[in-house]
Amino acid sequence: MSEWAIIWDARQAFLDGFLNTLLLFGLSISVAFATGCLFAFWLERRNPLTWLLRGFIDCMRMLPFLILAYLLYYGLPSLGLRLDAWTAGLIALIIYYAAYFGEVLRGARLVLPAGQVEAAKAYGFTGFRLYRRIVLPQLVIKTRPLMGNLLILALKDTAFLTIITVRELTAAANSVQATYFIPMEAFVVVIALYWLISICLELALKWAGRFGAKRGFEHV
Amino acid sequence: MNGQAWLLLLEGAWTTLWISGIAIAIGVVLGLGVALVRMARIPFVDQVLVLYVSLARATPLVTLVLFIFLTAPTLGMGLDRNTAAILALTLNTAAFNAEVWRAAFLSFSRDQREAALACGMTGPTFFRRIMLPQMFTSSLPGLVNEMSFIIKSSPAIAVIGIVDLTRVTNRITAVTYEPLPPILAAALFYMLIIGVLIRVQAIAERKANRLAM
Repeated sequence: MSEWAIIWDARQAFLDGFLNTLLLFGLSISVAFATGCLFAFWLERRNPLTWLLRGFIDCMRMLPFLILAYLLYYGLPSLGLRLDAWTAGLIALIIYYAAYFGEVLRGARLVLPAGQVEAAKAYGFTGFRLYRRIVLPQLVIKTRPLMGNLLILALKDTAFLTIITVRELTAAANSVQATYFIPMEAFVVVIALYWLISICLELALKWAGRFGAKRGFEHV
Repeated sequence: MNGQAWLLLLEGAWTTLWISGIAIAIGVVLGLGVALVRMARIPFVDQVLVLYVSLARATPLVTLVLFIFLTAPTLGMGLDRNTAAILALTLNTAAFNAEVWRAAFLSFSRDQREAALACGMTGPTFFRRIMLPQMFTSSLPGLVNEMSFIIKSSPAIAVIGIVDLTRVTNRITAVTYEPLPPILAAALFYMLIIGVLIRVQAIAERKANRLAM
């Protein structure tokens, strides 16, 4: 069992990687969600900028995340903008998932019954206030399962950042196994940690579902 | 970028396509197998499969590829890069496909089963002639969606040194010292591949809707 003792000795590396992954994930997902909500609001209008945004979202849906990270990390320096790996990874996560959140919300907006919006307009809600107080809460509650999928996808995509040399959880496992030659134990620990995060996410979503059910949204 | 670079890019695209293609082909069938076994509710096996699906859905592909490639030699199995990559992609996609197939199982109408049994069909004949064709149509959109996801996460295999469509850009940059054009060209190739899959998914959805299940 000496391998596990080595893992325990190297716990600091795992902990650092774990916290870094959590930080990247939490930060990017929060900003991406807020931006995605703005995107969905923007998409309700009809002007040339809307078409631009739609094109951008469609592009993101057809690109692998790593290509976007490559563009920011390897591509931008030739345009004179040099980002360090961590910042480039964070920005790539934000851009990529903002597009996905926007797309999910847009899909839900299309099937939202018009009656509520009309009633809200009759009560004097307009523009952004109408969107923020009436439309957005319903969209978020209704798209809960899709949001859950996106969260898990985003968590898994943080592992790609190890390829552009970000020191996150997978990179920690890789460096520990390269130092002590114990790949199995190192990766078992890391996979268990990823699993832990995703189980917590699923529990949080279940809890959010109970909240939605209390408001009478789950059966529609 | 010259003709040589484009040739390299095409080669990378081909690597991505054939490795993902094999993984998708095995993964679809394996996913059906997992779903079938889970529907049988065999005690112990069922729990193991639930664990497998849950773990495979939570594990990032990069981590899985590294894990398989680095662990296999310590277990006494020599895997070359391509086999390790195919194995990792297959394990990942089979878990997602199993969920798609299972949803199709669960939503299949009982009436048809009873009607078929009343007409004298045996269980296996019913499954092969009645259930499978309908299940295939109704789960095709989900399966194609999963295919585009696996292509989108296939750059993970670059981490063990396979020169796929993403990794090949580094190769080209090493010669030309201009990183932007090859990355943009690779992005174009990905958009072509995944764009086709999205179109296929839309067609499959229309077909599934016509089945009205």
